Amino acid sequence: RDTFPMDVAAFDSCRLEAVPVEFGDYHPLKPITVTESKTKKMGRKGSTSSTSSSSSSSMIDPLSSVLDGTDPLSLFAATADPVTTADTTRKKRDKDDSLVVGSDFEPWSSKRGEILARYTTTEKLSINLYMSSEKGKATTPGSAVSEKVRTRLEELDDLEEGSQKELLNLTQQDYMNRIEDLNQSLKDAWASDQKVKALKIVIQCSKLLSDTTVIQFYPSKFVLITDILDTFGKLVYERILSMCLDNRGSLPDNFTPESVNDTAKETCLNWFFKIASIRELIPRFYVEAAILKCNKFLSKTGISECLPRLTAMIRGIGDPLVAVYARAYLCRVGMEVAPHLKESLNKNFFDFLLTFKQMHGDTVQNQLVVQCVEIPSYLTLYSPAIDWILQCIAYRAPEVLLTEMMERCKKLGNNALLLNSVMSAFRAEFIAARSMDFIGMIKECDESGFPKHLLFRSLGLNLAMADPPECDRLQILNEAWKVITKLKNPQDYINCAEVWVEYTCRHFTKREVNTVLADVIKHMTPDRAFEDAYPQLHSIIQKIITYFHDFSVLFSAEKFLPFLDMFQKESVRVEVCKCIMEAFIKHQQDATKDPVILNALLHVCKTMHDSVNALTLEDEKRMLASLINGFIKMVSFGRDFEQQLSFYVEARSMFCNLEPVLVQLVHSVNQLAMETRKVMKGNHSRKTAAFVRACVAFCFITIPSLTSIFARLNLYLNSGQVALANQCLSQGKIGVCFNCIIILSCQKTEYYYDQSRGCTRVIRKLLESIKAGAGSERVCCWRTEEYKRYQTPGGRSCVRE
Amino acid sequence: MGTALDIKIKRANKVYLCGEVLSGVVVITSKDAVQHQGVSLTMEGSVNLQLSAKSVGVFEAFYNSVKYTLRCDMRRSLLAKDLTKTCEFIVHSPPQKGKLMPSPVDFTITPETLQNVKERASLPKFFIKGHLNSTNCIITQPLTGELVVENAEAAVKSIELQLVRVETCGCAEGYARDATEIQNIQIADGDVCRSLSIPIYMIFPRLFTCPTLETTNFKVEFEVNIVVLLHDDHLITENFPLKLCRV
Repeated sequence: RDTFPMDVAAFDSCRLEAVPVEFGDYHPLKPITVTESKTKKMGRKGSTSSTSSSSSSSMIDPLSSVLDGTDPLSLFAATADPVTTADTTRKKRDKDDSLVVGSDFEPWSSKRGEILARYTTTEKLSINLYMSSEKGKATTPGSAVSEKVRTRLEELDDLEEGSQKELLNLTQQDYMNRIEDLNQSLKDAWASDQKVKALKIVIQCSKLLSDTTVIQFYPSKFVLITDILDTFGKLVYERILSMCLDNRGSLPDNFTPESVNDTAKETCLNWFFKIASIRELIPRFYVEAAILKCNKFLSKTGISECLPRLTAMIRGIGDPLVAVYARAYLCRVGMEVAPHLKESLNKNFFDFLLTFKQMHGDTVQNQLVVQCVEIPSYLTLYSPAIDWILQCIAYRAPEVLLTEMMERCKKLGNNALLLNSVMSAFRAEFIAARSMDFIGMIKECDESGFPKHLLFRSLGLNLAMADPPECDRLQILNEAWKVITKLKNPQDYINCAEVWVEYTCRHFTKREVNTVLADVIKHMTPDRAFEDAYPQLHSIIQKIITYFHDFSVLFSAEKFLPFLDMFQKESVRVEVCKCIMEAFIKHQQDATKDPVILNALLHVCKTMHDSVNALTLEDEKRMLASLINGFIKMVSFGRDFEQQLSFYVEARSMFCNLEPVLVQLVHSVNQLAMETRKVMKGNHSRKTAAFVRACVAFCFITIPSLTSIFARLNLYLNSGQVALANQCLSQGKIGVCFNCIIILSCQKTEYYYDQSRGCTRVIRKLLESIKAGAGSERVCCWRTEEYKRYQTPGGRSCVRE
Repeated sequence: MGTALDIKIKRANKVYLCGEVLSGVVVITSKDAVQHQGVSLTMEGSVNLQLSAKSVGVFEAFYNSVKYTLRCDMRRSLLAKDLTKTCEFIVHSPPQKGKLMPSPVDFTITPETLQNVKERASLPKFFIKGHLNSTNCIITQPLTGELVVENAEAAVKSIELQLVRVETCGCAEGYARDATEIQNIQIADGDVCRSLSIPIYMIFPRLFTCPTLETTNFKVEFEVNIVVLLHDDHLITENFPLKLCRV
């Protein structure tokens, strides 16, 4: 009915010739796009699959379309018009945009890990499963009714026989493993065509979500179990989709129910009937939500009818925590399947607000007493769910809606929990613009409820991303810091301070940052509280160096170095030093001689250097050395060559354990000597000659301490050349130098024939430079003698030259 | 494998109405040529009657004992076995003409409205109200309504909808009445929020329900019970007879 009676292959080749290939968007079998009246219909059908099926209800009869003058070929010519094509393509994209969540929506997968890491427990957990062993038998579709009754009865018997399995005393890790096992057995059951068993596993898993013993673990449990539900939803959807396969190939992504065949529909319907008969509310809800997407097979409006019903269904869940997570799941599935259906998202949130009072009701309070959980930590369990719901609502939502949400939150007593979620979910710009309002609201919050420091932290996170109005900035900082500085618990304090440092760096100067640092030091020093806060302290440093690129300003903040002193664990300390050096190398534009910078950075580099020991990995050493080298290269005293040399001498004494640094120093000193020569235009005065000799001496003393033969060889060569160029023949140093080269190269060539070419090259260069140099006879004589003494295969070839 | 028979009915849901033509194909798969002495198709409808365990001498008809099957036989020579394949299908009574009049019911459940109470004084106070959108139901449409727990002294443990099929069978000498729970759907779990309406929603199970049937000596009727279970193990039930039909 719906296919074109055209030769698809011929058509395709035709397209390739005439149209610049519009990736995925354009399809020759959908040429109706051109006629204005039909454009809208087409937009919906935009298929990104490359298959040639174009079945859909809106497809018009091919024969009549020919009569209309909209036959594929003539239309085809018309679509070649780039303007029309581009236009329709864009229209289609716009339309598709509302049907698919964009990349600016933070996906659930990024929240998962965070929740699992945050909501943990040391309490023992238990899993209660009513699985009978012999559920493997899949009831064949269409089996006799009485047969079904019989299997049902058998299953009931199984339950009574005590097939219930209760796993007690599981640690959190055991629990997670068990859930993973269940996930695997779900996939196995599915793969071996045991659909009933698969459904049972899913039902059992979702049942676990009604259990709120060990309530601190609930958010993590939710994450684990909804993973299984997602797997199940995908399996069912794909199975039904695969049933739609027929001679036309697979269905396009945006198929319509009319193009789904009856068998697939019947199977889909069967799933829904089966799920509708699940006795318990929570599993029935979760399993149906998991396969929400399958509604697409049955009717166009299926999802938009289902969502409100499922939303209302959650009202039956008595436990407010269980209910809010159910809402979060529904929003999650809803956003995935039909992000344009905003009303149910809002409805979910409003329903949640209606049940808000339950949190302080007797049932919940009694439960908390039994489990010994404090109210503030109980309230934080809601955050991931509410954050998620609000994030879904706030996604591309108009400002008015956000304002309305905020007003609603304001109206409820003890709204800290909501306030926090509003701040985490809404756009940073929105929050930042109302910072003063938020600070006011935070101040009014009940002390015994949701932890206040979390509120300030959330606000700080927003302000780190978006700027508040210029006039409020200082007041915001003052108001916030007034509260933060009063936090007694160092962990709470540092979590807040860490976030607010960014705001301070963003909008204020060294002075304010210095004050903040001083405050942090004051709070974190007693009882060595900093030991538990290294990650946060590290992040503070990182934030500061991202905003302050001028290191002279940075180091002149008097609290910066004392702040660094708080990193007393060596590994952390070195990491921090690395960060600083990286930033310095990246941002420092010009060479510097600023004593403040030099002092501080030498100190930082020394720390890095001193961390090197026998166990340090090669890679790590390379890393550290390259950072230190980066620093050395950035130091310049300009014309003050002596000062420069004495800096190098100091550096050598400081970084003697890192060979690449020594190599760099030799190079730097050689360069310095050459600089001097340049300044003197080749004719050294007495003073400069002495200076150059000092430079050469520096090199010849430094080189022997290197272990790498080739590094030594090359450096000797370089230094020798430099010495030659600077007429330091009398020194005898060159002799020593060349002597060393020859000894080294000869020794080495004996052992490493394969590398002899390298040595030969060095020697050849050496000879060249001697020729180019003064050509002192003394050197020449000496040369021949030496060569004779050390005749080796490699050496011999040189002598011949 | 040798030769195999298969019946493929055209309708995926295998549901037919009285007077309709059941069509489809018989598929014979075989590697080689098959010799046979005819392929025949038989249709069979049966009711499986069982002696009642309760009242002697009375037959009890279980709802699920009504069965329609299609059977295909292939007769073969002496050397090969005859082949048989059966396939079940469902017959729906023809839909009734005319529109169904919705019959909404409001209800209130308080300790005072209860019957069969031994000690009314020991009951916790509660006030539950709600409504069913209609007790005349179309079998393919869900039963819908709302329920609100306005207040309850004891915590609510669970609220369930219990669908019961009542079969009455007999004549002047006596009759047997048999009530079976065919579906139980929980609509509230735990201590639900007060004054917040909870949806009543139940899909009638396809295999266990049929239009309400009334003949001189045989009746199939349906009822729904709203069961409220309180934490102190008080069980409150409110019964509503339903009239199911197919439209």
